[in-house]
Amino acid sequence: MNQQVQRLAQGGRIDRSRPLDFTFNGQTYQGYHGDTLASALLANGVDIVNRSFKYSRPRGIVAAGAEEPNAVVQLGASEAAQVPNVRATQQALYAGLVARSTNGWPSVQKDLMGVVGKVGGKFMPPGFYYKTFMAPASMWMTYEKYIRKSAGLGRSPAEADPDIYDHRNGHCEVLVIGAGPSGLAAALAAARSGVRVILADEQEAMGGSLLDSRETLDGKPADQWVADVLEELSGLANVTLLPRTTANGYHDHNFVTLHERRTEHLADCAPRTAEGARQSRARLHRVRAGQVILATGAHERPLVYAGNDVPGNLLAGAVSTYIRRYGVVPGNKLVLSVSNDHAYRAALDWHDAGREVVAIVDAREAPDGDLVGEARERGIRVITGSAVIEAKGANRVSAARVARIDIDGFRVAGPVETLACDCVASSGGYSPVIHLASHTGARPTWNDGILGFVPTLVDGVHAAGGAHGIYALGEVLADGVAVGSQAAAATGGEAAEVALPASQAIAESPACALYQVPHEKPTLRAPKQFVDLQNDVTAAAIELATREGFESIEHVKRYTAMGFGTDQGKLGNINGMAIAARCLKRTIPEVGTTVFRPNYTPVTFGAIVGRHCGELFDPERYTALHQWHVENGAEFEDVGQWKRPWYYPRKQGGKLETMHEAVARECRAVREGVGILDASTLGKIDIQGPDAREFLARIYTNKWEKLAVGKCRYGLMCKDDGMVTDDGVTSCLADNHFVMTTTTGGAAAILEWLELWHQTEWPELDVTFTSVTDHWATMTVTGPKSRALLAELTDDIDLDRESFKFMDWREGTVAGVPARVFRISFTGELTFEINVQAHYAMHVWKALFEHGKKYQLTPYGTETMHVLRAEKGFIIVGQDTDGSVTPEDLGMQWCVGYDKPFSWIGKRALTRSDTARSDRKQLVGLRPKDPKVVLEEGAQIVFDPNHAIPMPMVGHVTSSYYSPTLDSGFALAVVKGGQQRMGESVYLPMADGSVHEAEITSTIFIDPKGERQHV
Amino acid sequence: MQRYSGFGLVKHALSHHEHWERQWRNPTPKKQYDVIIVGGGGHGLATAYYLAKEHGITNVAVVEKGWLGGGNTARNTTIVRSNYLWDEAAALYEHSMKLWEGLSQDINYNVMFSQRGVLNLGHTLQDMRDIQRRVNANRLNGIDSEVLDADGVQKIVPILDCSKRARYPVMGASWQPRAGVARHDAVAWGYARAADALGVDLLQNTEVTGFKIRDGQVYGVHTNRGDIEAKTIGCVTAGNSGVLAKMAGFRLPLESHPLQALVSEPLKPILDTVVMSNHVHGYISQSDKGDLVIGAGIDGYNGYGQRGSFPTVEHTLQAIVEMFPIFSRVRMNRQWGGIVDTCPDACPILSKTPVKGLFFNCGWGTGGFKATPGSGHVFAASLAKGEMHPIAAPFSIDRFHSGALVDEHGAAGVAH
Repeated sequence: MNQQVQRLAQGGRIDRSRPLDFTFNGQTYQGYHGDTLASALLANGVDIVNRSFKYSRPRGIVAAGAEEPNAVVQLGASEAAQVPNVRATQQALYAGLVARSTNGWPSVQKDLMGVVGKVGGKFMPPGFYYKTFMAPASMWMTYEKYIRKSAGLGRSPAEADPDIYDHRNGHCEVLVIGAGPSGLAAALAAARSGVRVILADEQEAMGGSLLDSRETLDGKPADQWVADVLEELSGLANVTLLPRTTANGYHDHNFVTLHERRTEHLADCAPRTAEGARQSRARLHRVRAGQVILATGAHERPLVYAGNDVPGNLLAGAVSTYIRRYGVVPGNKLVLSVSNDHAYRAALDWHDAGREVVAIVDAREAPDGDLVGEARERGIRVITGSAVIEAKGANRVSAARVARIDIDGFRVAGPVETLACDCVASSGGYSPVIHLASHTGARPTWNDGILGFVPTLVDGVHAAGGAHGIYALGEVLADGVAVGSQAAAATGGEAAEVALPASQAIAESPACALYQVPHEKPTLRAPKQFVDLQNDVTAAAIELATREGFESIEHVKRYTAMGFGTDQGKLGNINGMAIAARCLKRTIPEVGTTVFRPNYTPVTFGAIVGRHCGELFDPERYTALHQWHVENGAEFEDVGQWKRPWYYPRKQGGKLETMHEAVARECRAVREGVGILDASTLGKIDIQGPDAREFLARIYTNKWEKLAVGKCRYGLMCKDDGMVTDDGVTSCLADNHFVMTTTTGGAAAILEWLELWHQTEWPELDVTFTSVTDHWATMTVTGPKSRALLAELTDDIDLDRESFKFMDWREGTVAGVPARVFRISFTGELTFEINVQAHYAMHVWKALFEHGKKYQLTPYGTETMHVLRAEKGFIIVGQDTDGSVTPEDLGMQWCVGYDKPFSWIGKRALTRSDTARSDRKQLVGLRPKDPKVVLEEGAQIVFDPNHAIPMPMVGHVTSSYYSPTLDSGFALAVVKGGQQRMGESVYLPMADGSVHEAEITSTIFIDPKGERQHV
Repeated sequence: MQRYSGFGLVKHALSHHEHWERQWRNPTPKKQYDVIIVGGGGHGLATAYYLAKEHGITNVAVVEKGWLGGGNTARNTTIVRSNYLWDEAAALYEHSMKLWEGLSQDINYNVMFSQRGVLNLGHTLQDMRDIQRRVNANRLNGIDSEVLDADGVQKIVPILDCSKRARYPVMGASWQPRAGVARHDAVAWGYARAADALGVDLLQNTEVTGFKIRDGQVYGVHTNRGDIEAKTIGCVTAGNSGVLAKMAGFRLPLESHPLQALVSEPLKPILDTVVMSNHVHGYISQSDKGDLVIGAGIDGYNGYGQRGSFPTVEHTLQAIVEMFPIFSRVRMNRQWGGIVDTCPDACPILSKTPVKGLFFNCGWGTGGFKATPGSGHVFAASLAKGEMHPIAAPFSIDRFHSGALVDEHGAAGVAH
């Protein structure tokens, strides 16, 4: 067990009575409850937490929050619990935490790739891969293999996720993002006005900068005010507090996605609740807010100097945070390099901790603010007009090289002094966190007063405090209250009083604009000065990119990979823009900024997926008869969302039938006796209204004006391009009432299609559409014995062939329940389609089987249905058609009412020169020359199988089966000009080199006159 | 042009990279060119390059309102394949595929074309029929393509859930080994550098505000940097093509939709090929940097905002986690959107227009990146000769009058 060598004896918001053991890179350490993984590692003196992406350089912790680029670790004790790329600065410590560095072999301390990085780094300028690995061309895939291996950060788990996630839709008048001083003040003002408020904050504890502030409020430590405000807010019914919740995406119309990490501070897998229930690991809140307040604060910018990536280089603010919030001093001897007053806090905190401040190096000539004065009073050496130009050290900072600099001339202006130290902290100013505001597409604007971009706000969005460049605590609080009141008032809140706590006025001298610190050597020759630490992008890389003509900041970013890391450039982007501006001799606003995209910080896929995975990914739909099918051994086919019986294999002689055997048996039963199909999944749309008939005439290709009550008609539907899109039988229930059937897969889309035309083109038609698919169960009783069977179950429907004709429907009772019976046929046999309310279906189905025993009533599935209909040349839309087939291509001119008074969808398109051609691909039958051959569905058809590749293709097989009735294979196909080629041979060249020959025939293979369905 | 090579890289390293030349100039617009290409994306830059290289027409300007390659070239998921169903589309995309093979060497810029193969999964019996049909057509068109069963798929992608547990179990796939991915930005930059070297002027931050048309013949454009004249103009402006057509006084049968994509955080190599599923509806590959690059369908509404709606992202990731349950704990880094110009038949428009001398190359919808070299190549030939190249001819806007559509909805990467 290592000692927490850098832990202070007291101070910080940690609980020293609750020590926690954890493992990093196989070694066990101890931290305390309240630590982050980063603070615990620093407490234990762990300098190197990772190796860098491109050069394999040793890297340490730089920041204390979401902007951390280096401390990206692999978390998880078991395989299934692995989480790649967790930022140690945002991971709360828990007992038993296991983490590893994501790079470094054999270890992060002694990394062999580091040698490659040191030696080869020179040869890896930005975009080097565009300039090499080109010869020989065949080697690229090999080069790529090794490039890929060295890339990436963490690794994916190899096992499925044991955890669950959920979603919650949220609504509020005011959403406040960030619970620092401005966010708390804004939330308080909005909450007191009575409107619904959601306050979300990404950290373990709310309070933001107040949790490590040196300042007091009302004379008390600032975190006391935080506690008071939170106590009030948590007691209000109109307020929802969401800690550990990051606002990750800002979408149109104030739709914000909040990612709440519910258990990641407890364990790597979500623990059970005290009651033993499962709980979700994370929750995605989808919030639609009236007004949004961005109280997201600001990120400190590091200075860019040589060696700024050696472990021991930190942000000034992070130093303060580690000391004051976690009681950890990340070193013993500090050199602080700054461009502003605020960062002096780091030196004061360091000094308070009893460690040595070697010097504060200030780029300004004459800083004289209050904090500067305090530092001088303590006897801290302040070197002005200067900066740290280089940090020395291999695995840890050992010294800082300090010199006078000429910022405007971008040069070192004096002799270099080397100061021994083990920590260099820097601050180049502060950048408002504008990410969410720029998700809306609004470009931020540069504010010279604060040396940063401020957000451009669309309607309904406000910024408060640091998020738009207000930094002094008193002003931040006042701004928060003002913005909170304003947002509440905009959504109907009452005016409410909020008294501001008393804060101290701290005089600050103006900051200076310093981004990249000059070095004695020109940038291209100086030791590496890192801009984007995670992607190993240096100042030299940016200079080189601009030299090579990459002048747009988007080009610079893409050429160098700046800002493409998991931190999305939170630390480096502004510095990178400033360097590009310097190189291009432009100003920062002229160079502009790149666009920040969601997510602000990475979000677990699982949280975005929520419960819509596994069995809830796309719920299965079952018919009312499903259980019977399962009990009777059906194999199922997915058709749309439905599970449909595919075939019902039986045990024959102890062996289960093959599909081929089962289908042959089922086909014979229908053709010779009686079979039954569960056809409940066919789409059914109830259409009512005085104009229902007219609507049908416009949406279908055929005529509907004369369809009488009690009659059914087959209809064909085209899209506006004249191509067949659906078909089905529509029955007339009353003059203003029809029920339409659609294909199973097309049901939802067709309902939308009807609504689209009704709502956008023909709103004057008085007609309504209702999906009734699930309300009715449909049992297709088909075969020569179907009438005899049905006769046993109904006594009020006259089944006589003369009074109940083909394409009639009758209402009555079947097996004692109300039913609609349709005499329509998809098998070519005498058929009764019995429709009953779904709840009665099982009763009727079982009654049919009870009475059907003596007829050997045989259930059949979709495969047999396909064979039977294909033998009759009945098409299946979507199988025999593909969106490029007209009614005439199908030989279904009989189903087109060319002379209907009003036009109909597809009519005009069918007169176009290409759709009216006579040699289009047309539906025909095919009989293979060898009757044992069942052609492959999807086989391409040619006239000349000896033609060289590319071989002209003239069609393809759409449906193909073995017919037990014909004892032969047969197929439906589309063939160019096929309807004029009856009796001709075509060829089907297969993948295995064989070629089948087939004869073009009629599409009707059985009962060409259609007599059987009339018996 | 400074030639790029491994040797050159070493040489430059020894002189601190101080002698790299600009990859392209930043010229002042001339008053007149032989040809103007409107739109400096991949297709426009490729057109300019092939005009100069293959047809000797070097007095060419590429007019770009923003930065080169900043539209859909910068926003796509980089998939390259040619396994299209219909002869016309297959010819176009296969022409492109052949140019991809050898492109890095041709333009002396490594576009990192990685022929790691593309799987199009089938999850239903109808999916498999469609796959058989497409693969058979590909084979007879001379395009590498084969049908795999579920075991075959599992061998190529061990981490894909091919079990019966899945809502729509994988039944098989089509597999095109020559397909893969390429580095999208490098394609734009490589063509830009090669075109510039041949004398083409690349005019960035130059926005076309109107066309100069007299007696039905175009003779130039108005831009924010003044008028530029040319008697042959090719518009290659993807999602903004409708806007340009309106300036020229005609309409195109295009809808502009947002299309989104997203990436995970970088991971160690885990997915070595491209996996696409129309039925479960998502596609995924892993970039050389390690990001899982993920996409799916377009947003349903029309719009010019280069961002989409969150439900599309949710649906996309649901599909990905359904196919790859092990990715549930992987984290999404970034999402973005582009504007795709979709045609009624999911095929592009490469065409003359009612205005003489004005040609359009647009309507690539969700599938434009893979066509970049082929599109530029045949469009350049068409501009040079004043007549559409035979491979481009079937994609004339006349087809929407005649009905000779090339309906590739089934073969497109995503359902429209």
